[in-house]
Amino acid sequence: MIELVSDSRCIRCDLCVKACPTNVFDAVPDEAPVIARQEDCQTCFMCELYCPTDALFVAPEADETVTVREQALTDSGLLGSYRAAIGWGEGRSPGARNDQSFRLLPLSTKKPAPLEPTGS
Amino acid sequence: MSQAFKAPSVASSSPKVSDDQLSIEADVLVLGGGPAGTWAAWAAAAQGAKVVLADKGYCGTSGATAPSGVGVWYVPPDPELREEARASREAMGGHLADRAWMARVLDKTYENVGKLADWGYPFPTDDDGQPARRSLQGPEYMKLMRKKVRAAGVRILDHSPALELLADADGIAGAAGVSRQSGQRWVVKAQAVVIATGGCAFLSKALGCNVLTGDGNLLAAEVGAELSGMEFSNAYGLAPAFASVTKAAFYRWASFYYEDGTPIEGAGSARGRSVIARTLLTQPVYAILDQAPESMRASLRASQPNFFLPFDRVGIDPLTQRFPVTLRLEGTVRGTGGIRIANEQCGTSVPGLFAAGDAATRELICGGFTGGGSHNAAWAISSGTWAGQGAAAHARKLGESARKRTPVGTGRATLRPSETSGSSVLDADAIVRGVQAEVFPYERNLFRTEAGLSDSLSRLDNLWSEVQARPAQYARTVLRGREAAAMVATARFMYATARYRPETRGMHKRQDFPGLDPAQQRRLVTSGLDEIRVRAEGAEFESKERPTVPTKNRSVSHPLEGAA
Repeated sequence: MIELVSDSRCIRCDLCVKACPTNVFDAVPDEAPVIARQEDCQTCFMCELYCPTDALFVAPEADETVTVREQALTDSGLLGSYRAAIGWGEGRSPGARNDQSFRLLPLSTKKPAPLEPTGS
Repeated sequence: MSQAFKAPSVASSSPKVSDDQLSIEADVLVLGGGPAGTWAAWAAAAQGAKVVLADKGYCGTSGATAPSGVGVWYVPPDPELREEARASREAMGGHLADRAWMARVLDKTYENVGKLADWGYPFPTDDDGQPARRSLQGPEYMKLMRKKVRAAGVRILDHSPALELLADADGIAGAAGVSRQSGQRWVVKAQAVVIATGGCAFLSKALGCNVLTGDGNLLAAEVGAELSGMEFSNAYGLAPAFASVTKAAFYRWASFYYEDGTPIEGAGSARGRSVIARTLLTQPVYAILDQAPESMRASLRASQPNFFLPFDRVGIDPLTQRFPVTLRLEGTVRGTGGIRIANEQCGTSVPGLFAAGDAATRELICGGFTGGGSHNAAWAISSGTWAGQGAAAHARKLGESARKRTPVGTGRATLRPSETSGSSVLDADAIVRGVQAEVFPYERNLFRTEAGLSDSLSRLDNLWSEVQARPAQYARTVLRGREAAAMVATARFMYATARYRPETRGMHKRQDFPGLDPAQQRRLVTSGLDEIRVRAEGAEFESKERPTVPTKNRSVSHPLEGAA
């Protein structure tokens, strides 16, 4: 679930308030948004992708809250790691361009390549 | 600075529903902004219709696709490949799919995925230098779809759940809802409505699925529309036990183990999921993706970065280290049941009402089984496009007379209390827990029996009478009340239909009827709310009458107006 809104990184754009599909955040005038309804977080990580300054951290634990420390997340490179993997942000190119699903499974069992996964 | 707030009081966590109302007139209203909804909105706008799209969350991040990534049933128009594609899942689906529908979905998907390429989706290039178009990464795909929908002139209402449909004697005429962020009410009068609100995963936290609470099933049933395939509603997604990421594709390379490290006989992602479920009833199950060939390992990470996200964040390498797994209910998101499609435009049995994507039945191309996202993605693209075009054509046909319509709200549960609901205030969270207790357990929903189904149905019927009461009038509680009602309704459709199919077919498994019964090779159609009716599909069972839109005892006022 969402565990961190970094006050020092946040630029008050409120994009996370808009983009969260389950409406977890509340905007606060002149301040960083607050996590107002953490129990509604579905752990989909979308807010991280829409945050232009990597100020948010979603812990992978979906059913329980965990304690996180911003400094440790920064040091380990986890803050903003998903946005980097997707290739969003200035100076990056979309990771979809490197999607290699075509290597993972054949389109046809009778005809050779190209390839795709059937799961999602 | 870490923030881990305890749940605040409702009053401080959600705005009160206000008297203020946003009123819009349009030709077509699309409910839901995932793949099906955005394709529908784009297609209707392309016909020249004035279109509004209302999403419960944010169009672009909402739904099962956006945070995920999907294979697409994208098959080049090579007769041999197409034939293989159509035949591939017929037996798994219990022979309930329709070959003509499969053919038109393959055609439409091929055409529209080509449009995605034209619009700038960054498809990769395969080893032969050809564009590889059989996989879409969710964040990129849905960001592009939002952009295209806006460019087409569609007005998007984010965080604007629909609470009820509007109707008059000519059929569906719009919807009303509330903004969950401001508490402002909204009413969109439209000549046709497309329901693309997704399936129902019962707030299981399967990836991206908590906006998918079966809302469309309730809206449709309240105006007399039928559902189909509701017994095929027990898909469970494999995920690390601690996480939400129900992406099963890579588990084809997994080995499954007991706590002590002994392999679990017969356990597997595709065919052995029941073995995993049975084991989970009594003890934890562990997995390692240790069968992934060395040569493919780099491709895995590049293809599905979100698969690795939870592992990276807890410091597990899933290719070499074991981790506990669970099965999260994906209900009708990956199951195939939904609103019944009555014609090639994805119209329902109610005039002016169209359905697309997971909200609609996917039996037409999958029958009673869905193994993965590729058919679901193709169905969303195709059915969305047809529903949008059909809705625009319907609006055009109504023409100028449409302006004179004075529709009324059709919502009942939690909106307009019945005589029996008294003055109690709805506790939606308690209702949700009650439904989950009936649909989450594998021993009830996956391994079905007559005794278990009827036992669950009696409690679900009680929940249905409880859910007639009104919640406190805050945006969040009003929405959660409707979601709770939609989930109770969906669970009752599921189990009532499952009782009506005493055999095992597709994903519907009856412990007391473990075999396939050739006499039951027909679809089941479900309708009604207080009384649920199930019938077999086929000319001899079809109703001669056109379903009527209920208008009895309907207030013309907005349901949120004034407390009871």
